[in-house]
Amino acid sequence: MKKNKFIVKSNRLLAKYTYEMELKGDISSIKRPGQFIHIELDGFFLRRPISICDWTASSLTIVYKAVGRGTEYMAGLAEGAELEALVGLGNGFDTQKSGEKPLLIGGGAGIPPLYALTRKLLENGKKVTVVLGFNSADEAFYISKFTTLGANVIITTADGSLGVRGLVTDAMDGLDYSYTYACGPEPMLKAVYDKALTDGQYSFEERMGCGIGVCMGCVYRSKTGYKRICKDGPVLEKEEILWQT
Amino acid sequence: MADLSVNLSGLHISNPIIPASGTFGFGHEFAGFYDINILGSFSFKGTTREPRFGNPAPRIAEASAGMLNAIGLQNPGIDRVISEELPRLRQVFSKPVIANISGFSLEEYAYCCERIDKEEQVGIIEVNISCPNVRDGGMSFGTTPESAAAVTRAVKAVTTKPVYMKLSPNVTDIAEIAAACEEAGADGISLINTLTGMRIDLKSRKPVLSNITGGLSGPAVFPIALRMVWEVYEAVSIPIIGMGGVSTADDVIEMMLAGAAAVGVGAANIRDPFASKKIIESLPDSMERLGISRLADIIGGAH
Ligand SMILES: Cc1cc2nc3c(=O)[nH]c(=O)nc-3n(C[C@H](O)[C@H](O)[C@H](O)COP(=O)(O)OP(=O)(O)OC[C@H]3O[C@@H](n4cnc5c(N)ncnc54)[C@H](O)[C@@H]3O)c2cc1C
Ligand SMILES: Cc1cc2nc3c(=O)[nH]c(=O)nc-3n(C[C@H](O)[C@H](O)[C@H](O)COP(=O)(O)O)c2cc1C
Ligand code: FES
Repeated sequence: MKKNKFIVKSNRLLAKYTYEMELKGDISSIKRPGQFIHIELDGFFLRRPISICDWTASSLTIVYKAVGRGTEYMAGLAEGAELEALVGLGNGFDTQKSGEKPLLIGGGAGIPPLYALTRKLLENGKKVTVVLGFNSADEAFYISKFTTLGANVIITTADGSLGVRGLVTDAMDGLDYSYTYACGPEPMLKAVYDKALTDGQYSFEERMGCGIGVCMGCVYRSKTGYKRICKDGPVLEKEEILWQT
Repeated sequence: MADLSVNLSGLHISNPIIPASGTFGFGHEFAGFYDINILGSFSFKGTTREPRFGNPAPRIAEASAGMLNAIGLQNPGIDRVISEELPRLRQVFSKPVIANISGFSLEEYAYCCERIDKEEQVGIIEVNISCPNVRDGGMSFGTTPESAAAVTRAVKAVTTKPVYMKLSPNVTDIAEIAAACEEAGADGISLINTLTGMRIDLKSRKPVLSNITGGLSGPAVFPIALRMVWEVYEAVSIPIIGMGGVSTADDVIEMMLAGAAAVGVGAANIRDPFASKKIIESLPDSMERLGISRLADIIGGAH
């Protein structure tokens, strides 16, 4: 993990409430898909955690939903703006466990980290199926990008305006898969966990202070003891998960 | 050459900056960012007799110019602090550390302080009395002069190192409590801990923190902390570690003018892991600009 200055290379609306931002800077501390960055914003005391969607040798991309004051402020940043961020935080997904036919399931703002994960798994020669869940067609993003990578992509929308009507779990029946990776809101993670037939890794969110494992602000009680979502997570193994509600 | 050194009850530290308890872990976590030997010292996470998991999440909320936390004193317990954290710290920090101790009964305070007093890495014992007294109705030990003095006496009876009592600001008259601690034998006073506050999520219409309330800290509390350090300085003659909202070198100087002999930096480390380093590095410039050659000379200078 490192703290670096980044320059906004682009920041554009992708879908309803959803933006894609490319940040140029030192990305050398990124090790795995599923890690996140923690972005300092002028006028906000706490940094915002956002998953790394993908990265190149000198830049990284994030995709974020404007849901509150901080993310709305981010949406207003113009090209050339400077940001400081801690980079390469968290454990990320372990691609070694995927088996030959991994299934990746993402809901809404949980989809971005699955993009680099899909890319890595395809590079490793795996046959990747991705289920992307949205509320409705106007909130959908990145579908063609996942398809272009070479994944088998299944879309679900809650209102039926695109793809399968219903939740991501409604698209899981009949799929043949070796391992499950999931990221999305906690009710979605729980539904996937209950339905999945394989081992898997699930990426969690928690409100954070430091983002580097010192303040104990983001702690999750797992079956194997407490986990700091910012440091020991955000990705947890299926067998570690203890549903709190 | 600007002289940044200060003296806390015989412990000479190279500069007054002390990352505050709960915001600096057990130190080694920050060693990946910078050489933490540049610090005057730091206060490690509040430690109790048993390991504690703390409160359910969410434990953190944002505020204008600050943050609320309701960690609930999560810590590995005194045994593991001594057997694991201190040896790990020794690898990256060669100076005396400040041991922050919490408890829920007089016996627990005494037990933990007696244990930590034997550790040669420990320079000062900082006793957090913001915790509820479970034997006596759950009121915080820090809310009456009598209970604050009782903790002080219990700890002083079993220790040899300087004992600093860390006071809660959630009281009517903090100076009265500081004076009671001094009379009971305290070697110094640390203040302030966090101020009780809360936030409500507008969408769910429920408190953000699962604990409902949490402790506010960060720049928002600086003027309150400064006022309390001022009042305590008027009431006692033992050294004060002043903290609350400090985020710049100028804040450090202001805190010292109010009466602090050393200055804690808390939430600023959470916003920016380099905050304490940046403050130390900019202190000489601030001193020069303000015509200060020896920082120790300005302690209480505004009185
Ligand atoms: C590891 C991780 C990865 C994430 N990745 C993405 C992503 O790729 N794309 C995306 O759109 N969102 C992502 N989020 C959620 C994102 O962090 C929140 O939407 C964002 O912090 C909201 O900030 P705000 O100021 O707009 O909202 P406000 O509600 O005004 O924020 C107030 C405070 O609460 C915190 N907060 C609010 N919602 C969340 C949340 N869901 N999780 C954690 N903290 C929250 C904020 O950080 C801030 O400190 C991720 C969260 C985590 C923990
Ligand atoms: C996340 C967090 C955890 C804390 N934990 C402790 C603790 O364990 N013991 C303690 O005495 N104070 C604790 N504090 C209080 C700080 O040490 C400090 O007194 C207070 O935050 C005021 O300083 P600041 O405004 O610079 O943060 C904690 C503060 C924060 C923000
Ligand atoms: S946010 Fe501080 S430990 Fe995770």
